[in-house]
Amino acid sequence: MDFSVRDLSLPRISIIVGHTGSGKTEFAVNLALALAEHCPRPVLADLDVVNPYYRSRERRDLLKEKGIELIASSQACLDADLPSMPAQLNAVFDDPSLTAILDIGGSVQGARVLARYRPRILAQSQGVYFVLNGCRPATSTLEGALISMEGISQIMGLPVVGIINNSHLGCETTVETILDGIALAEALSLETGVPILCHSAEAHLACQLPPQSSPVFPMTRYMKHPWEL
Amino acid sequence: MAKELWKGNEAIAEAAIRAGCDCFFGYPITPQNEIPEYMSLHMPQHGKVFVQAESEVAAINMVYGAAAAGKRAMTSSSSPGISLKQEGISYIAGAELPAVIINMSRGGPGLGTIQASQADYFQSTRGGGNGDYRTMVLAPQSIQEAVDLVQDAFDLADKYRNPVLILADGMIGQMMEPIEWKQRPSVELPPKDWAATGRHGREKNNFVTSLRIDAPDCELHNVHIQSKYDRMAEEELRYETIGCDGQEPEIILASYGTTARICWSAINRLERKYGIKAGLFRPITLFPFPYDQLHQIASRPGVKAVISVEMSQGQMVDDVKLAVNGAAPVHFFGRAGGSIPTVDEVADFAASVVKGGAGK
Repeated sequence: MDFSVRDLSLPRISIIVGHTGSGKTEFAVNLALALAEHCPRPVLADLDVVNPYYRSRERRDLLKEKGIELIASSQACLDADLPSMPAQLNAVFDDPSLTAILDIGGSVQGARVLARYRPRILAQSQGVYFVLNGCRPATSTLEGALISMEGISQIMGLPVVGIINNSHLGCETTVETILDGIALAEALSLETGVPILCHSAEAHLACQLPPQSSPVFPMTRYMKHPWEL
Repeated sequence: MAKELWKGNEAIAEAAIRAGCDCFFGYPITPQNEIPEYMSLHMPQHGKVFVQAESEVAAINMVYGAAAAGKRAMTSSSSPGISLKQEGISYIAGAELPAVIINMSRGGPGLGTIQASQADYFQSTRGGGNGDYRTMVLAPQSIQEAVDLVQDAFDLADKYRNPVLILADGMIGQMMEPIEWKQRPSVELPPKDWAATGRHGREKNNFVTSLRIDAPDCELHNVHIQSKYDRMAEEELRYETIGCDGQEPEIILASYGTTARICWSAINRLERKYGIKAGLFRPITLFPFPYDQLHQIASRPGVKAVISVEMSQGQMVDDVKLAVNGAAPVHFFGRAGGSIPTVDEVADFAASVVKGGAGK
């Protein structure tokens, strides 16, 4: 299957938002690993202040091994659910040699943290990408997906420039699950005029999809349950 | 209906609404916050009551009041908050009221950590508050099971007029899994003719209290309450076994909730890495505990030992020892304080037990 992260034509800073449970963190970790193969200084900023578990900082060792700098709350606060932003985040805005992915906490509540950085974000080459999972009850309809995307965009004061269709049912995902998600993502794109950045799926499923007009990003699951490790 | 991907806490809240929960009273604490958050949005939409109480103590006493009025009432919290509720739970059990309590437990003691733990087993299964009482304790290992058990919990609470505790750990609350909303059979339940809802032509008001000031009367009440627990042990035991039937396991892992799933993976690893056949005994009701059922499995020829695997320093292992009762050596493996055992740790420990000499 042909996929290069270069096909996504990402800006210097990619801001990954979405409803809780859309799969933002899994996508962000996969994107960071893909970018690490092309970019000299990849950075993943875990800015999730909503979830106490399943955060990208849990994959600190893997990211370090691949040369990806992780910006997250200090190790002392790793297990805390403090709504604090790491000071190192400033480096993402100040240092133009970095290629950054910002992994934002779920829904409007999680996206709120970005509002304070709005002027600095707007001064950069950046894009906000909305991760859509059509299997989550709140975003399983066009109406729900619209409410979620627009709510997040509003609270940040930043427009969404791309839709990432990451529709999945965890370990029970099938090709049909993804195809249903593609239909929903296309409807959302048509309604809002926001283009689809890509569809993402675990590699063994991605390769079974019929040809799509948008890139298909094959992913590996890194955010596993303890019994899968 | 197609499956949906749900977060554990949200699914539990939705399950309670579908089970006819009339009133939810809660107070925030990680890792269960999505339960009150979901309830605050959705209970009013269903014309039901949501109150964020001023404390956990207030919340459980609101449950007491609503339950006394014959309503289906629920509260949720995590370990330190559940400790605060113990007085109210004791009163609810003493007053023989149905209520559902969710503990999305985290590491302790004290404030501990927000990471997942199973160190509230003693508190959950031995009463937790003052007096001779027990809560029925149901322990899910998946979100689908949590959803099903929450809905059962309301029926069981009504059937026995006793609080039912769902003992999950933070992992169950925070993870996402596909679930299916099943059509549930309607259950015939006793009428709530004891509820304090007015006289309705009766000679006397119903009077709900846990106060039995006359000692002989209080003793009779205790004996009556105990008889309900005996009936639960006869009628409500739930458990699951894996790799125990027709497969002659050398070792039995006894575990519930999240660690049971880790044990399931460990069983596969034991076979692949060490060529050891292991079985899993997973109690779903922690009170009443399926003592006889575990004893029978531990008594089979070929079983060299039973290991209780927990996210604690050794709590369920006491019940495992009572169940096994000398039929096989009982060992313990656990991680505590919010740390989760890995599949390899469990498999390696079990292998060392089979080879002889490991553990306490």
